[in-house]
Amino acid sequence: MSIKRFLLATGIAALTFNPALADTTGITDTSIKIGNTNPYSGPASAYSAIGKTITAYMKMLNRQGGINGRTIEFISLDDGYSPPRTVQQARKLVEQEKVAFLFQTLGTPTNSAIHKYMNQKKTPHLFVATGASKWGQPKKFPWTMGFQPTYDVEGEIYAKFVLENVKDPKIAILFQNDDYGKDYRDGFLRGLGDKKDLVISMLPYEVTDPTVDSQILAMKDSGANVFFNITIPKFAAQAIRKSCEIGWKPLHLLNNVSSSVGSVLKPAGLDCSKEIITAQYQRDPTDPQWKDTAGYKEWSAFMDAELPGADRSDINYAYGYNASKLLHHTLQNCKDMTRKGIMGCAANIQGLQLPMVLPGITVNTSATDFYPIQAEQLSKFDGQKWVLFGNIIDASK
Amino acid sequence: MNRPNPITRKLAFSFAMLVFVGIALMFVASEYTAYQVTTALAYGIAILGLNILTGYNGQFSIGHSAFFAAGAYVSAILITFAGWHPYATLPIAAAVTFSMGFLFGFPALRLEGLYLALATFALAVATPQILKVDALEHWTGGVQGLFFDKPDPIFAGLSVDHSLYLVTWLVFVVLMVGAWMLLHSRSGRAIMAIRDNPIAASTMGINLALYKTTTFGISAMLAGVGGAFFALANSFVSPDTFNFFIAVYLLVGSVVGGIVSIPGALLGGLFYVFGQEYAEEFSNLSEMIPPPWVTFGVLLILMMYFAPFGIWGAIERGWARLKR
Repeated sequence: MSIKRFLLATGIAALTFNPALADTTGITDTSIKIGNTNPYSGPASAYSAIGKTITAYMKMLNRQGGINGRTIEFISLDDGYSPPRTVQQARKLVEQEKVAFLFQTLGTPTNSAIHKYMNQKKTPHLFVATGASKWGQPKKFPWTMGFQPTYDVEGEIYAKFVLENVKDPKIAILFQNDDYGKDYRDGFLRGLGDKKDLVISMLPYEVTDPTVDSQILAMKDSGANVFFNITIPKFAAQAIRKSCEIGWKPLHLLNNVSSSVGSVLKPAGLDCSKEIITAQYQRDPTDPQWKDTAGYKEWSAFMDAELPGADRSDINYAYGYNASKLLHHTLQNCKDMTRKGIMGCAANIQGLQLPMVLPGITVNTSATDFYPIQAEQLSKFDGQKWVLFGNIIDASK
Repeated sequence: MNRPNPITRKLAFSFAMLVFVGIALMFVASEYTAYQVTTALAYGIAILGLNILTGYNGQFSIGHSAFFAAGAYVSAILITFAGWHPYATLPIAAAVTFSMGFLFGFPALRLEGLYLALATFALAVATPQILKVDALEHWTGGVQGLFFDKPDPIFAGLSVDHSLYLVTWLVFVVLMVGAWMLLHSRSGRAIMAIRDNPIAASTMGINLALYKTTTFGISAMLAGVGGAFFALANSFVSPDTFNFFIAVYLLVGSVVGGIVSIPGALLGGLFYVFGQEYAEEFSNLSEMIPPPWVTFGVLLILMMYFAPFGIWGAIERGWARLKR
């Protein structure tokens, strides 16, 4: 065979080689490149604690020799919680940095903007940091997987609680006008069943708004005695503060994503935050009953070593740790280190107890179940700490 | 009497070179770079519109993000709901935004300078809110916006991003030629005369109202076409993409590139995208370096100090000095 022909043949072979069969972009025998976007600036910057925790965890892993001999190159970019910037940053990570996959990209509107793109690129979009129900559609979006309990289920839990415990409820709902807010709202309405007319005031806010003061005033005037607060930390703190200032004292249901004592309740005022109810799936760092558990000790040692000086009452540090642990577990037990293989490994986890998740709530995934954590328990704030009550409610059963 | 052909040989050569450079760049650019340059060109087209309006006609607008958004949404809606071919939506986006700009030009006639700037400012601020209105949600996708696919490559073997880049580049060059011809025609002289002295211009028999509204329309149309390309490049539109900052950045890009110039639009678009990108990377180099916006701001101040007529102005002056 002449050289010319040989070259032609190899050229054709290279062209017809289908990379989808064994796509190992970003993965070598000694390293793995992982991308992330996080709101280090902008209205949701309270969540940046999560990005910082994951970055610190990966640094720690690398000092210990990485995962199965692979060092981790973790690239976390700021998207300011702004969907168009998420698109740009995701494209930069996938196409320029050539990461193996994206992990814990944060936010519902932001992830929505890259949902289709990631699936077109056949690049894993793993354990996204949002609880919208759309992340668990393995048939339609086989490359995207959620992490935390879904918002609609959480909404349903609150609705049932209200129906069982409040006499003559008149409900006001404040929600962020996007898929995150609507998921919570719709789950709540579904939970009310045929008693939807108990909702007497339902007001949206935009994430670009400066405050939610006017909504709170209108809700007080509506005469509601139950307030379902579907807001991200900045607005949650404003809502708590404002309702306290104007002396509106309804039964206050606060969505889990703003249950951080450090970044929401403290800025709003701990006294104002008394009696607020939320649903939790993680061990809240302010709850003393966890102090002696192995999981808490592990997290605490990590915080001492990697993030000294951080405000431990901010549950987002625990969240970032749980997510990191889940990724660590997934990659450590993964034999097939390709994009497809990693996706398969993420969809094959049974009974994994994460250190800062409530004891008894475990991670379970399968080829048809892309919702890793699916159970929660109600909790009430006593002015200092969250106190769990009732039973663990498991949506997967 | 034979009027001189506005397209000189030298100029034709320049534009041919521009096409050549565009095609040559395509072979070295990665997909991501091609995407970035496409975005820069999209902004560049809008900046070209702003240059004609502000630089040549003397009308101020800090509301071009509204036309940019309108072009993007027209394109996105036609692709999503009517299943149009992405490139087929461009003329419609152009027509819609031209009419919008033309109509907006009428009230603008009564407003001069700063007052016009304020009126356009209101337009820019209102746009994201209008796009979020519940009544339009079915068409605009509300807060979440619309997602669609990028146009298929124009010929096989080309990646999606490179193909879009090529089309955008060619359209940009065509629009630049068009702008050049317009500004060097009788109408162009009228447009500039209005900027320099409106009273004298009207004494000369120039119809101020017609020229001002048409210029506004053309400018808005270019912003709309830019917006449509922006939508295609991102394959996604949402209201908050088109906030007031876009209008400010367009103005910044226009001034930095050279507001009374045509090639300045290209430079301004590139500055818009890559200036921010490098400012961000520069800031990440060390903890000692201030955050990206500070870097970007310092860069802008330095630019205005050393190149007050923008990058293109500096090039022209440098060239003139060399020739002396």
